[in-house]
Amino acid sequence: MIRDIAIGQFYPANGILHKLDPRVKVLMLIGFIVLIFCTFNFFALGLVALTVVAAMFLSKVPIKLYLKSMKAIIIVILITSLLNLFYGSGEVLCQWWIFKITYGGIYNAIFVAVRIISLVIISSALTFTTSPTDLTDALERLMKPLSVFKIKTHEIAMMMTIALRFVPTLLEETDKIMSAQKARGADMESGNLLKRIKALVPVLIPLFVSAFRRAYDLAMAMECRCYQGGKGRTRMKQLKTSKRDYVAVLISLIILAGVIICNILL
Amino acid sequence: MSIILRTENLCFTYGAGTPFEKHAVKNVNIDIKKGEVIGVIGHTGSGKSTLMQMLNGLIAPTSGRVLLDGKDIHENKKELRGVRFRVGLVFQYPENQLFEETVRKDISFGPQNMGLPSEAVEKRVKKAAEFAGLKEELLDRSPFDLSGGEKRRAAIAGVIAMDPEILILDEPTAGLDPMGRDVLLSQIEAYHKARNNTVLLVSHSMEDIANIADRVLVMCEGDCVMFDETHKVFSRAEELEKMGLRVPQITKITTELRRRGVPLSEGILTVNQAFEEIREILRREGKI
Repeated sequence: MIRDIAIGQFYPANGILHKLDPRVKVLMLIGFIVLIFCTFNFFALGLVALTVVAAMFLSKVPIKLYLKSMKAIIIVILITSLLNLFYGSGEVLCQWWIFKITYGGIYNAIFVAVRIISLVIISSALTFTTSPTDLTDALERLMKPLSVFKIKTHEIAMMMTIALRFVPTLLEETDKIMSAQKARGADMESGNLLKRIKALVPVLIPLFVSAFRRAYDLAMAMECRCYQGGKGRTRMKQLKTSKRDYVAVLISLIILAGVIICNILL
Repeated sequence: MSIILRTENLCFTYGAGTPFEKHAVKNVNIDIKKGEVIGVIGHTGSGKSTLMQMLNGLIAPTSGRVLLDGKDIHENKKELRGVRFRVGLVFQYPENQLFEETVRKDISFGPQNMGLPSEAVEKRVKKAAEFAGLKEELLDRSPFDLSGGEKRRAAIAGVIAMDPEILILDEPTAGLDPMGRDVLLSQIEAYHKARNNTVLLVSHSMEDIANIADRVLVMCEGDCVMFDETHKVFSRAEELEKMGLRVPQITKITTELRRRGVPLSEGILTVNQAFEEIREILRREGKI
């Protein structure tokens, strides 16, 4: 059950999105997120939604996985849409007690829903198609200008790499410890909330102990290999932009132009 | 002897439907009799651990059944916890599951979950610690202050304290020094003799298996490829070597001696056995 978490998982496949330079992908994602919130009419929104669907198919990741990542936030979408439904202005369609539904409300509800769904899908498209190491590499490169302000970009990126690297390891460890305690009769599936929280103690304590042990071991291993931070460190895998990336950027710009045109003209 | 545990066409697939799909256990049919000691061997990733976890219901099989005393353990979900008390499983590196403030409390976690009264729990803790070779004064220490070997024993005691009819140990000696291995194994043997329970021992040490097991189960790529009496399994040295396994060193030596014409019997498993036979041969030839 714990293995079923889909958000932020890398899905190895041989799609076009997998081959793009991760830096380009991150920048495109940031641009696209801004774009999602700059849609002011249905045409612009439709164009954004279309792009999202296109990205979904281009990624060659099964649609099922996208749906799985949506599952976690479906309640958020429903609640925000519902709230928006009742907070609109304009012509009143129907009214019951203090609740009234207006055209403006329906309009808002659809907008919010499509925006959140687009946001989740497009972000998942990035994490599904980019391995964690590529992603942090890209972030490190993109954050480099910040080092002017004495921000330790390399250290931040390294911490992110390590954190991401250990997510599956710790999940696996949790699974193992849970199994071991279940084998000793621990009951984690029944009882009231307090009982369930108490039942987690036999899992959490060994998990913390092992996390600290791993941290010490990793620090030792890094020192043994003379790790001294980012200074003078070279990379085996250099990030390179290719023709493909320029094409991707060009397409993104066309979409951007399309959305602006839709916003202004229609 | 009556059959206590049986599997029928047991299969398990990890990550079905994803690119990480892996058939960990394929169509395993085994019968385990009451009071037997079974050695389980197979190289890393052959599906041993998955199979062991299916036997006490921690992993639900993708298809097939596990029958405990003739009853499917997944038939009634509510009884699954009871199954785990009857089929005790000691995981690999079990010391990673210790969590209580004192060793005593940690060992009593299992029996307490069984709902036993506190005097009975206390009795079981004492007995289990004794079987596992833990000194009485260690019981009130924190489990995190113990040495590696002592932690391992405390964790094993935690399962023994539930007094399971079937005790499964997944590589209990991994990472212990030679002395620790021997002591632990002889304790497991002693426990088995005292309780006459059924023991399944997963190990990479063929010597350990040869010393203790009545029958040996060989896993390879998720298949159960051999399941026979220990000396019969270890007389198939070539097949085992093809699977990345080997036979005990003494078996290898005696097989080679046999091939060169020394009249030793087939499938010798322990040094003692070999010693007796060689002495007998020398005596017959009048050399001693």
